[in-house]
Amino acid sequence: MSKFQFPQSIASRPVYGTLAPRPGKAHLMMADAEGAEALLDLAAQAGARDSGLMAKAHILYLPRQTGEAFVDRLRALNPAQFYVGPSFDAALPRLRRVLSDAHMGLQVYLAGTEGLIGRAAAELAAAGIPVGSVQTEHRGSVARRMQCVHCKGITEDVITDPFVCAHCGLNLFVRDHYSRRLAAFQGVCIDAEDPGNVPEPVELYR
Amino acid sequence: MSAAPQKAKAGAEKIDVVVSAVVPINELVTRFEFQRPDGAPFPPFSAGAHTVVEMKDKGRTRLNPYSLMSDPADAGTYAISVRRDDQGRGGSLYLHRHVKPGDRLTITYPVNLFPVDLRGRKHVFLAGGIGITPFLAMIAQLETLGARWELHYSVRNEALGTYADQLTARHPGKVHVYYDDRKQAIPLGDLLDGQPLGTHVYVCGPKGMIDWVHRTAADHGWPDAHVHSEEFLAPQPGKPFEVRLCKSDMTILVGENESLLEAMERCGVEAPFLCRGGACGQCETDVVEHDGTFIHRDHWLEEDQQASGTKIMPCVSRFVGKALVLDR
Ligand code: FES
Repeated sequence: MSKFQFPQSIASRPVYGTLAPRPGKAHLMMADAEGAEALLDLAAQAGARDSGLMAKAHILYLPRQTGEAFVDRLRALNPAQFYVGPSFDAALPRLRRVLSDAHMGLQVYLAGTEGLIGRAAAELAAAGIPVGSVQTEHRGSVARRMQCVHCKGITEDVITDPFVCAHCGLNLFVRDHYSRRLAAFQGVCIDAEDPGNVPEPVELYR
Repeated sequence: MSAAPQKAKAGAEKIDVVVSAVVPINELVTRFEFQRPDGAPFPPFSAGAHTVVEMKDKGRTRLNPYSLMSDPADAGTYAISVRRDDQGRGGSLYLHRHVKPGDRLTITYPVNLFPVDLRGRKHVFLAGGIGITPFLAMIAQLETLGARWELHYSVRNEALGTYADQLTARHPGKVHVYYDDRKQAIPLGDLLDGQPLGTHVYVCGPKGMIDWVHRTAADHGWPDAHVHSEEFLAPQPGKPFEVRLCKSDMTILVGENESLLEAMERCGVEAPFLCRGGACGQCETDVVEHDGTFIHRDHWLEEDQQASGTKIMPCVSRFVGKALVLDR
Protein backbone atom coordinates (compact mmCIF):
# COMPACT_ATOMS: atom_id res chain seq x y z
CA MET A 1 0.00 0.00 0.00
CA SER A 2 1.37 3.40 -0.94
CA LYS A 3 -0.31 5.26 1.94
CA PHE A 4 1.73 6.44 4.90
CA GLN A 5 0.39 7.92 8.12
CA PHE A 6 2.70 10.75 9.18
CA PRO A 7 3.11 11.06 12.94
CA GLN A 8 1.78 14.20 14.69
CA SER A 9 4.20 17.09 14.49
CA ILE A 10 4.52 20.86 14.74
CA ALA A 11 1.85 23.11 13.18
CA SER A 12 4.17 24.06 10.33
CA ARG A 13 4.27 20.51 8.97
CA PRO A 14 1.69 20.02 6.17
CA VAL A 15 -0.99 17.39 6.67
CA TYR A 16 -2.78 15.55 3.90
CA GLY A 17 -6.25 14.12 3.46
CA THR A 18 -8.03 11.75 1.12
CA LEU A 19 -9.27 12.99 -2.24
CA ALA A 20 -13.04 13.12 -2.65
CA PRO A 21 -15.07 14.30 -5.63
CA ARG A 22 -16.51 17.80 -5.23
CA PRO A 23 -18.84 19.75 -7.48
CA GLY A 24 -16.96 21.95 -9.93
CA LYS A 25 -17.02 23.49 -13.39
CA ALA A 26 -13.62 21.97 -14.18
CA HIS A 27 -11.28 19.60 -12.36
CA LEU A 28 -7.51 19.88 -12.33
CA MET A 29 -5.68 16.77 -11.09
CA MET A 30 -1.95 16.63 -10.64
CA ALA A 31 -0.06 13.59 -9.38
CA ASP A 32 3.36 11.99 -9.39
CA ALA A 33 4.37 8.32 -9.13
CA GLU A 34 2.02 6.38 -6.80
CA GLY A 35 -0.19 9.49 -6.58
CA ALA A 36 -1.84 7.91 -9.63
CA GLU A 37 -3.51 5.42 -7.27
CA ALA A 38 -5.22 8.27 -5.43
CA LEU A 39 -6.60 9.57 -8.74
CA LEU A 40 -7.81 6.07 -9.66
CA ASP A 41 -9.56 5.83 -6.26
CA LEU A 42 -11.04 9.28 -6.78
CA ALA A 43 -12.44 8.28 -10.17
CA ALA A 44 -13.89 5.10 -8.67
CA GLN A 45 -15.60 7.09 -5.90
CA ALA A 46 -17.00 9.55 -8.43
CA GLY A 47 -17.97 6.78 -10.81
CA ALA A 48 -21.18 5.85 -9.08
CA ARG A 49 -22.37 9.39 -8.34
CA ASP A 50 -20.76 11.74 -10.80
CA SER A 51 -19.86 10.26 -14.15
CA GLY A 52 -19.19 13.80 -15.41
CA LEU A 53 -16.11 14.29 -13.23
CA MET A 54 -13.60 12.82 -15.70
CA ALA A 55 -15.30 14.48 -18.66
CA LYS A 56 -14.30 17.83 -17.14
CA ALA A 57 -10.91 16.69 -15.82
CA HIS A 58 -7.41 17.69 -16.85
CA ILE A 59 -4.78 15.28 -15.51
CA LEU A 60 -1.11 16.22 -15.27
CA TYR A 61 0.88 13.12 -14.40
CA LEU A 62 4.58 12.65 -13.64
CA PRO A 63 5.31 8.88 -13.46
CA ARG A 64 8.92 9.29 -12.23
CA GLN A 65 10.31 5.91 -11.10
CA THR A 66 6.99 4.12 -11.66
CA GLY A 67 7.47 4.38 -15.43
CA GLU A 68 4.52 2.99 -17.35
CA ALA A 69 2.91 1.27 -14.34
CA PHE A 70 -0.08 3.60 -14.05
CA VAL A 71 -0.16 5.53 -17.33
CA ASP A 72 -2.58 3.30 -19.23
CA ARG A 73 -4.96 3.00 -16.31
CA LEU A 74 -5.09 6.78 -15.94
CA ARG A 75 -5.64 7.20 -19.67
CA ALA A 76 -8.49 4.68 -19.45
CA LEU A 77 -10.34 7.05 -17.11
CA ASN A 78 -10.93 9.16 -20.23
CA PRO A 79 -10.08 12.55 -18.80
CA ALA A 80 -10.85 15.51 -21.07
CA GLN A 81 -7.10 16.21 -21.20
CA PHE A 82 -4.19 13.99 -20.21
CA TYR A 83 -0.55 15.05 -19.97
CA VAL A 84 2.37 12.81 -19.01
CA GLY A 85 5.65 14.54 -18.27
CA PRO A 86 9.14 13.74 -17.01
CA SER A 87 9.35 16.24 -14.12
CA PHE A 88 7.56 19.01 -12.27
CA ASP A 89 9.67 21.64 -14.01
CA ALA A 90 8.73 20.20 -17.38
CA ALA A 91 5.03 20.31 -16.46
CA LEU A 92 5.18 23.80 -14.94
CA PRO A 93 4.50 25.88 -18.09
CA ARG A 94 1.44 23.74 -18.74
CA LEU A 95 0.23 24.08 -15.15
CA ARG A 96 0.63 27.86 -15.31
CA ARG A 97 -1.20 28.00 -18.61
CA VAL A 98 -4.12 26.01 -17.18
CA LEU A 99 -4.31 28.34 -14.19
CA SER A 100 -4.15 31.52 -16.23
CA ASP A 101 -7.12 30.33 -18.32
CA ALA A 102 -9.13 29.01 -15.35
CA HIS A 103 -12.15 30.53 -13.65
CA MET A 104 -13.67 30.14 -10.22
CA GLY A 105 -15.39 26.78 -9.97
CA LEU A 106 -12.12 24.96 -10.72
CA GLN A 107 -11.56 22.06 -8.28
CA VAL A 108 -7.98 21.04 -7.69
CA TYR A 109 -6.75 17.60 -6.57
CA LEU A 110 -3.07 16.95 -5.77
CA ALA A 111 -1.66 13.51 -5.01
CA GLY A 112 1.72 11.89 -4.59
CA THR A 113 4.94 12.97 -2.90
CA GLU A 114 5.28 15.95 -0.61
CA GLY A 115 7.53 17.67 -3.14
CA LEU A 116 4.89 17.50 -5.89
CA ILE A 117 2.03 18.52 -3.60
CA GLY A 118 4.00 21.41 -2.09
CA ARG A 119 5.27 22.82 -5.36
CA ALA A 120 1.86 22.60 -7.03
CA ALA A 121 0.20 24.17 -3.96
CA ALA A 122 2.66 27.08 -4.09
CA GLU A 123 1.78 27.67 -7.76
CA LEU A 124 -1.92 27.54 -6.94
CA ALA A 125 -1.53 30.00 -4.06
CA ALA A 126 0.27 32.37 -6.42
CA ALA A 127 -2.69 32.04 -8.80
CA GLY A 128 -5.17 32.94 -6.05
CA ILE A 129 -6.23 29.54 -4.67
CA PRO A 130 -5.27 29.31 -1.00
CA VAL A 131 -3.81 26.13 0.46
CA GLY A 132 -6.95 25.26 2.42
CA SER A 133 -9.08 25.20 -0.72
CA VAL A 134 -7.10 22.45 -2.45
CA GLN A 135 -7.51 18.74 -1.74
CA THR A 136 -4.32 16.76 -1.23
CA GLU A 137 -3.45 13.12 -0.63
CA HIS A 138 0.01 11.79 0.11
CA ARG A 139 1.03 8.60 -1.70
CA GLY A 140 4.33 6.93 -2.36
CA SER A 141 7.76 7.99 -1.16
CA VAL A 142 8.18 9.93 2.09
CA ALA A 143 11.28 11.63 0.63
CA ARG A 144 11.40 15.35 1.23
CA ARG A 145 12.29 18.46 -0.69
CA MET A 146 14.76 20.26 1.62
CA GLN A 147 16.12 23.78 1.69
CA CYS A 148 19.54 24.34 3.23
CA VAL A 149 19.02 27.34 5.53
CA HIS A 150 22.70 28.25 5.11
CA CYS A 151 23.25 28.33 1.33
CA LYS A 152 19.51 28.34 0.39
CA GLY A 153 20.07 25.54 -2.10
CA ILE A 154 17.29 22.99 -2.58
CA THR A 155 18.00 19.26 -2.37
CA GLU A 156 15.22 17.08 -3.79
CA ASP A 157 14.13 13.64 -2.62
CA VAL A 158 16.00 13.57 0.67
CA ILE A 159 15.43 10.22 2.34
CA THR A 160 17.91 10.24 5.26
CA ASP A 161 18.47 12.38 8.33
CA PRO A 162 21.01 13.90 8.48
CA PHE A 163 21.95 14.38 4.83
CA VAL A 164 24.57 16.29 2.88
CA CYS A 165 23.47 19.52 1.16
CA ALA A 166 23.81 18.98 -2.59
CA HIS A 167 24.98 22.58 -2.98
CA CYS A 168 27.31 23.56 -0.12
CA GLY A 169 28.15 20.15 1.35
CA LEU A 170 27.14 20.91 4.94
CA ASN A 171 25.70 18.10 7.06
CA LEU A 172 22.04 19.01 7.54
CA PHE A 173 19.50 17.95 10.13
CA VAL A 174 15.97 17.37 8.70
CA ARG A 175 13.41 19.58 10.41
CA ASP A 176 9.59 19.50 10.25
CA HIS A 177 9.67 23.30 9.88
CA TYR A 178 8.14 23.87 6.44
CA SER A 179 7.99 26.81 4.03
CA ARG A 180 4.88 26.91 1.88
CA ARG A 181 6.38 29.58 -0.34
CA LEU A 182 9.41 27.43 -1.11
CA ALA A 183 7.52 24.13 -0.80
CA ALA A 184 10.46 22.82 1.21
CA PHE A 185 11.41 21.68 4.69
CA GLN A 186 14.30 23.39 6.41
CA GLY A 187 17.67 21.68 6.80
CA VAL A 188 19.99 23.00 9.52
CA CYS A 189 23.71 22.29 10.02
CA ILE A 190 24.00 19.50 12.56
CA ASP A 191 27.72 19.75 13.39
CA ALA A 192 28.25 23.52 13.58
CA GLU A 193 29.46 23.43 17.20
CA ASP A 194 31.57 20.35 16.83
CA PRO A 195 32.56 19.96 13.16
CA GLY A 196 32.75 16.36 12.07
CA ASN A 197 30.57 15.04 14.88
CA VAL A 198 27.75 13.81 12.60
CA PRO A 199 25.35 11.07 13.71
CA GLU A 200 24.94 8.07 11.45
CA PRO A 201 22.23 8.91 8.83
CA VAL A 202 18.96 7.01 9.33
CA GLU A 203 16.18 6.58 6.82
CA LEU A 204 13.22 8.95 7.45
CA TYR A 205 10.34 7.37 9.35
CA ARG A 206 12.16 4.06 9.80
CA MET B 1 7.68 35.46 29.19
CA SER B 2 4.46 33.65 29.82
CA ALA B 3 1.14 34.79 28.44
CA ALA B 4 -0.92 36.29 31.22
CA PRO B 5 -4.44 34.95 31.32
CA GLN B 6 -6.70 37.58 29.79
CA LYS B 7 -9.71 38.62 31.73
CA ALA B 8 -12.72 38.54 29.46
CA LYS B 9 -13.91 42.11 29.16
CA ALA B 10 -17.45 43.25 28.58
CA GLY B 11 -17.31 44.60 25.02
CA ALA B 12 -14.56 46.50 23.26
CA GLU B 13 -13.06 49.77 24.56
CA LYS B 14 -15.46 52.70 24.35
CA ILE B 15 -15.26 56.08 22.61
CA ASP B 16 -17.31 59.19 23.39
CA VAL B 17 -18.70 60.84 20.27
CA VAL B 18 -20.75 63.85 19.21
CA VAL B 19 -23.38 63.39 16.53
CA SER B 20 -22.10 65.69 13.78
CA ALA B 21 -24.82 65.07 11.20
CA VAL B 22 -28.15 63.28 10.80
CA VAL B 23 -28.95 62.81 7.11
CA PRO B 24 -32.19 61.18 5.97
CA ILE B 25 -31.46 59.04 2.89
CA ASN B 26 -34.97 57.83 2.16
CA GLU B 27 -38.20 56.96 3.89
CA LEU B 28 -36.60 54.24 6.01
CA VAL B 29 -32.87 54.91 6.17
CA THR B 30 -30.97 57.68 7.94
CA ARG B 31 -27.24 58.27 8.15
CA PHE B 32 -25.68 59.27 11.46
CA GLU B 33 -22.21 60.80 11.45
CA PHE B 34 -20.00 60.96 14.52
CA GLN B 35 -16.94 62.98 15.51
CA ARG B 36 -14.91 63.06 18.70
CA PRO B 37 -15.78 65.90 21.08
CA ASP B 38 -12.15 67.11 21.09
CA GLY B 39 -11.87 66.79 17.31
CA ALA B 40 -9.19 64.10 17.69
CA PRO B 41 -8.92 61.41 14.99
CA PHE B 42 -10.77 58.14 15.49
CA PRO B 43 -8.87 54.87 15.75
CA PRO B 44 -8.27 53.47 12.26
CA PHE B 45 -10.57 50.67 11.13
CA SER B 46 -10.65 48.25 8.22
CA ALA B 47 -13.66 48.04 5.93
CA GLY B 48 -16.31 45.60 7.13
CA ALA B 49 -15.91 46.59 10.79
CA HIS B 50 -18.86 47.39 13.01
CA THR B 51 -19.32 49.47 16.14
CA VAL B 52 -21.80 48.98 18.96
CA VAL B 53 -23.81 52.14 19.68
CA GLU B 54 -24.93 52.66 23.27
CA MET B 55 -28.27 54.40 23.74
CA LYS B 56 -29.79 55.51 27.04
CA ASP B 57 -33.48 55.09 26.42
CA LYS B 58 -35.52 56.00 29.49
CA GLY B 59 -33.40 54.15 32.01
CA ARG B 60 -32.83 51.25 29.64
CA THR B 61 -29.47 50.82 27.93
CA ARG B 62 -29.69 49.72 24.34
CA LEU B 63 -26.59 48.40 22.59
CA ASN B 64 -26.95 47.87 18.85
CA PRO B 65 -24.23 46.87 16.37
CA TYR B 66 -23.96 48.78 13.07
CA SER B 67 -21.47 48.44 10.22
CA LEU B 68 -19.23 51.44 9.71
CA MET B 69 -19.98 52.72 6.22
CA SER B 70 -17.59 55.66 6.08
CA ASP B 71 -14.30 55.71 4.18
CA PRO B 72 -11.66 54.00 6.35
CA ALA B 73 -9.18 56.61 5.11
CA ASP B 74 -11.17 59.35 6.85
CA ALA B 75 -10.14 59.34 10.51
CA GLY B 76 -12.21 62.41 11.33
CA THR B 77 -15.65 60.87 10.97
CA TYR B 78 -17.36 57.55 11.56
CA ALA B 79 -20.72 57.04 9.87
CA ILE B 80 -23.46 54.43 10.13
CA SER B 81 -26.69 54.10 8.18
CA VAL B 82 -29.66 52.82 10.09
CA ARG B 83 -32.84 51.35 8.70
CA ARG B 84 -35.88 52.11 10.80
CA ASP B 85 -37.42 48.85 11.98
CA ASP B 86 -40.94 49.57 13.22
CA GLN B 87 -41.37 45.99 14.40
CA GLY B 88 -37.92 45.80 15.96
CA ARG B 89 -36.85 46.06 19.56
CA GLY B 90 -36.60 49.81 19.47
CA GLY B 91 -32.91 50.65 18.94
CA SER B 92 -33.35 51.88 15.39
CA LEU B 93 -36.54 53.74 16.33
CA TYR B 94 -34.69 55.45 19.16
CA LEU B 95 -31.94 56.62 16.81
CA HIS B 96 -34.44 57.83 14.21
CA ARG B 97 -36.69 59.63 16.67
CA HIS B 98 -34.44 61.01 19.34
CA VAL B 99 -30.88 61.43 18.14
CA LYS B 100 -30.04 64.91 16.83
CA PRO B 101 -26.88 66.71 15.74
CA GLY B 102 -24.91 67.81 18.80
CA ASP B 103 -26.02 64.85 20.95
CA ARG B 104 -23.42 62.89 22.87
CA LEU B 105 -23.26 59.10 22.47
CA THR B 106 -20.90 56.31 23.40
CA ILE B 107 -19.79 53.75 20.83
CA THR B 108 -17.28 50.89 20.98
CA TYR B 109 -13.97 50.63 19.16
CA PRO B 110 -14.58 49.04 15.77
CA VAL B 111 -14.36 45.25 15.57
CA ASN B 112 -14.09 43.56 12.18
CA LEU B 113 -15.83 40.22 11.69
CA PHE B 114 -16.28 40.76 7.95
CA PRO B 115 -12.93 41.86 6.52
CA VAL B 116 -11.96 42.00 2.86
CA ASP B 117 -9.55 39.17 2.03
CA LEU B 118 -6.84 41.27 0.43
CA ARG B 119 -5.24 38.19 -1.13
CA GLY B 120 -8.23 38.14 -3.48
CA ARG B 121 -7.66 38.94 -7.17
CA LYS B 122 -11.11 40.40 -7.41
CA HIS B 123 -13.97 41.09 -4.99
CA VAL B 124 -17.65 40.62 -5.79
CA PHE B 125 -20.09 42.22 -3.37
CA LEU B 126 -23.67 40.99 -3.08
CA ALA B 127 -25.93 43.29 -1.07
CA GLY B 128 -29.57 43.01 -0.13
CA GLY B 129 -31.28 46.17 1.17
CA ILE B 130 -29.56 47.77 4.16
CA GLY B 131 -26.87 45.07 3.79
CA ILE B 132 -25.19 47.65 1.53
CA THR B 133 -23.53 49.46 4.48
CA PRO B 134 -20.30 47.45 4.97
CA PHE B 135 -19.76 47.49 1.20
CA LEU B 136 -19.69 51.28 1.12
CA ALA B 137 -16.58 51.16 3.32
CA MET B 138 -15.12 48.21 1.36
CA ILE B 139 -15.60 50.01 -1.95
CA ALA B 140 -13.84 53.09 -0.57
CA GLN B 141 -10.95 50.95 0.69
CA LEU B 142 -10.57 49.00 -2.56
CA GLU B 143 -10.76 52.17 -4.67
CA THR B 144 -7.86 53.56 -2.62
CA LEU B 145 -5.90 50.36 -3.22
CA GLY B 146 -6.86 50.22 -6.90
CA ALA B 147 -8.21 46.67 -6.48
CA ARG B 148 -10.81 45.05 -8.74
CA TRP B 149 -14.38 44.86 -7.47
CA GLU B 150 -17.99 44.84 -8.56
CA LEU B 151 -21.26 45.26 -6.69
CA HIS B 152 -24.58 43.51 -7.25
CA TYR B 153 -27.23 45.22 -5.18
CA SER B 154 -30.76 44.04 -4.75
CA VAL B 155 -33.33 46.61 -3.53
CA ARG B 156 -37.09 46.66 -3.12
CA ASN B 157 -37.74 49.62 -5.40
CA GLU B 158 -36.14 52.80 -6.61
CA ALA B 159 -37.31 54.89 -3.67
CA LEU B 160 -35.72 52.47 -1.19
CA GLY B 161 -32.48 51.95 -3.11
CA THR B 162 -30.25 53.31 -0.36
CA TYR B 163 -27.17 54.96 -1.98
CA ALA B 164 -27.95 53.15 -5.26
CA ASP B 165 -27.97 56.32 -7.38
CA GLN B 166 -24.84 57.70 -5.80
CA LEU B 167 -22.96 54.41 -6.29
CA THR B 168 -24.11 54.02 -9.88
CA ALA B 169 -23.12 57.60 -10.73
CA ARG B 170 -19.71 57.26 -9.11
CA HIS B 171 -18.80 53.79 -10.41
CA PRO B 172 -20.65 53.17 -13.67
CA GLY B 173 -19.96 49.69 -14.97
CA LYS B 174 -19.05 48.30 -11.56
CA VAL B 175 -22.39 48.74 -9.83
CA HIS B 176 -25.44 46.68 -10.84
CA VAL B 177 -28.77 47.35 -9.15
CA TYR B 178 -31.72 44.94 -9.25
CA TYR B 179 -35.26 46.07 -8.39
CA ASP B 180 -37.69 43.62 -6.76
CA ASP B 181 -40.70 45.56 -8.04
CA ARG B 182 -39.45 45.10 -11.62
CA LYS B 183 -38.98 41.38 -10.98
CA GLN B 184 -35.23 41.66 -11.31
CA ALA B 185 -32.92 39.31 -9.42
CA ILE B 186 -29.16 38.91 -9.08
CA PRO B 187 -28.16 36.31 -11.73
CA LEU B 188 -26.07 34.47 -9.17
CA GLY B 189 -25.19 31.30 -11.07
CA ASP B 190 -23.93 33.08 -14.19
CA LEU B 191 -22.15 35.61 -12.06
CA LEU B 192 -20.22 32.98 -10.12
CA ASP B 193 -19.19 30.99 -13.19
CA GLY B 194 -17.47 33.76 -15.09
CA GLN B 195 -15.17 34.99 -12.31
CA PRO B 196 -11.40 34.81 -12.63
CA LEU B 197 -9.44 32.48 -10.37
CA GLY B 198 -8.82 34.02 -6.95
CA THR B 199 -12.10 35.95 -6.82
CA HIS B 200 -13.81 36.35 -3.44
CA VAL B 201 -17.53 36.92 -2.95
CA TYR B 202 -19.08 38.75 -0.01
CA VAL B 203 -22.74 38.78 0.92
CA CYS B 204 -24.63 40.92 3.40
CA GLY B 205 -28.41 40.90 3.52
CA PRO B 206 -31.35 38.82 4.76
CA LYS B 207 -30.72 35.28 5.98
CA GLY B 208 -32.38 33.71 2.94
CA MET B 209 -30.03 35.57 0.62
CA ILE B 210 -26.94 34.57 2.62
CA ASP B 211 -27.92 30.89 2.60
CA TRP B 212 -28.68 31.06 -1.12
CA VAL B 213 -25.24 32.46 -1.89
CA HIS B 214 -23.39 29.88 0.24
CA ARG B 215 -25.37 27.02 -1.26
CA THR B 216 -25.07 28.15 -4.86
CA ALA B 217 -21.35 28.90 -4.56
CA ALA B 218 -20.67 25.43 -3.14
CA ASP B 219 -22.67 23.85 -5.99
CA HIS B 220 -20.62 25.82 -8.49
CA GLY B 221 -17.36 24.57 -7.05
CA TRP B 222 -16.34 27.63 -5.02
CA PRO B 223 -14.18 26.89 -1.98
CA ASP B 224 -15.72 27.99 1.33
CA ALA B 225 -12.77 30.25 2.04
CA HIS B 226 -13.82 32.44 -0.91
CA VAL B 227 -17.37 33.07 0.28
CA HIS B 228 -17.78 35.61 3.09
CA SER B 229 -20.95 36.67 4.81
CA GLU B 230 -22.15 38.73 7.70
CA GLU B 231 -25.49 38.57 9.37
CA PHE B 232 -26.17 40.18 12.72
CA LEU B 233 -29.12 38.57 14.39
CA ALA B 234 -31.32 40.70 16.58
CA PRO B 235 -32.27 38.91 19.79
CA GLN B 236 -35.82 37.58 19.61
CA PRO B 237 -38.39 37.99 22.37
CA GLY B 238 -39.52 34.86 24.17
CA LYS B 239 -40.95 33.50 27.38
CA PRO B 240 -39.29 34.89 30.50
CA PHE B 241 -36.92 32.43 32.19
CA GLU B 242 -34.83 32.25 35.33
CA VAL B 243 -31.07 31.76 35.36
CA ARG B 244 -28.70 31.01 38.18
CA LEU B 245 -25.29 32.68 37.67
CA CYS B 246 -22.97 30.74 39.92
CA LYS B 247 -19.80 32.89 39.75
CA SER B 248 -21.77 36.08 40.42
CA ASP B 249 -23.83 34.19 42.99
CA MET B 250 -27.22 35.49 41.94
CA THR B 251 -30.39 34.38 40.27
CA ILE B 252 -31.83 36.64 37.59
CA LEU B 253 -34.99 36.72 35.53
CA VAL B 254 -34.66 37.24 31.76
CA GLY B 255 -37.67 39.25 30.62
CA GLU B 256 -39.75 38.64 27.53
CA ASN B 257 -38.24 41.51 25.56
CA GLU B 258 -34.62 41.34 26.58
CA SER B 259 -31.82 38.93 25.79
CA LEU B 260 -29.98 36.87 28.39
CA LEU B 261 -26.96 39.12 27.84
CA GLU B 262 -29.05 42.24 28.41
CA ALA B 263 -30.56 40.77 31.57
CA MET B 264 -27.11 40.02 32.96
CA GLU B 265 -25.99 43.58 32.18
CA ARG B 266 -29.12 45.01 33.79
CA CYS B 267 -28.22 43.11 36.97
CA GLY B 268 -24.67 44.47 36.93
CA VAL B 269 -22.91 41.33 35.74
CA GLU B 270 -19.85 42.01 33.55
CA ALA B 271 -20.52 39.66 30.66
CA PRO B 272 -18.24 39.66 27.62
CA PHE B 273 -19.54 40.54 24.14
CA LEU B 274 -18.40 42.07 20.87
CA CYS B 275 -21.07 41.73 18.19
CA ARG B 276 -24.27 41.12 20.19
CA GLY B 277 -25.53 39.28 17.13
CA GLY B 278 -24.45 35.66 17.50
CA ALA B 279 -21.49 35.98 15.16
CA CYS B 280 -18.26 36.68 17.05
CA GLY B 281 -18.12 34.02 19.75
CA GLN B 282 -17.06 36.41 22.49
CA CYS B 283 -20.07 35.86 24.75
CA GLU B 284 -19.80 32.03 24.79
CA THR B 285 -20.79 30.81 28.25
CA ASP B 286 -20.52 27.37 29.87
CA VAL B 287 -23.65 25.70 31.12
CA VAL B 288 -23.19 24.10 34.54
CA GLU B 289 -26.57 22.44 34.80
CA HIS B 290 -29.88 22.54 32.99
CA ASP B 291 -33.29 21.00 32.97
CA GLY B 292 -35.11 22.15 29.88
CA THR B 293 -34.53 23.09 26.26
CA PHE B 294 -32.16 25.60 24.69
CA ILE B 295 -33.28 27.87 21.88
CA HIS B 296 -29.93 28.31 20.13
CA ARG B 297 -29.98 31.06 17.52
CA ASP B 298 -26.30 31.88 17.07
CA HIS B 299 -23.98 31.31 14.09
CA TRP B 300 -21.07 30.50 16.37
CA LEU B 301 -21.48 27.12 18.04
CA GLU B 302 -21.19 23.97 15.95
CA GLU B 303 -24.35 21.92 15.68
CA ASP B 304 -23.02 19.22 18.00
CA GLN B 305 -22.04 21.87 20.56
CA GLN B 306 -25.54 23.29 20.43
CA ALA B 307 -27.01 19.82 20.86
CA SER B 308 -24.69 18.98 23.76
CA GLY B 309 -26.33 21.51 26.08
CA THR B 310 -22.98 22.59 27.51
CA LYS B 311 -22.70 26.05 25.96
CA ILE B 312 -24.92 29.03 25.24
CA MET B 313 -24.45 32.37 23.46
CA PRO B 314 -26.35 34.81 25.71
CA CYS B 315 -26.54 37.60 23.11
CA VAL B 316 -29.16 35.81 21.00
CA SER B 317 -30.07 32.44 22.54
CA ARG B 318 -32.73 31.63 25.11
CA PHE B 319 -33.90 28.78 27.31
CA VAL B 320 -37.24 27.20 28.17
CA GLY B 321 -37.55 24.90 31.15
CA LYS B 322 -37.20 24.39 34.87
CA ALA B 323 -33.61 25.31 35.69
CA LEU B 324 -30.53 26.77 34.06
CA VAL B 325 -27.21 27.32 35.82
CA LEU B 326 -24.43 29.21 34.02
CA ASP B 327 -20.74 29.55 34.79
CA ARG B 328 -20.79 33.36 34.91
S1 FES C 1 -21.59 38.77 21.45
FE1 FES C 1 -20.90 37.99 19.58
S2 FES C 1 -21.71 35.98 19.61
FE2 FES C 1 -22.58 36.86 21.36
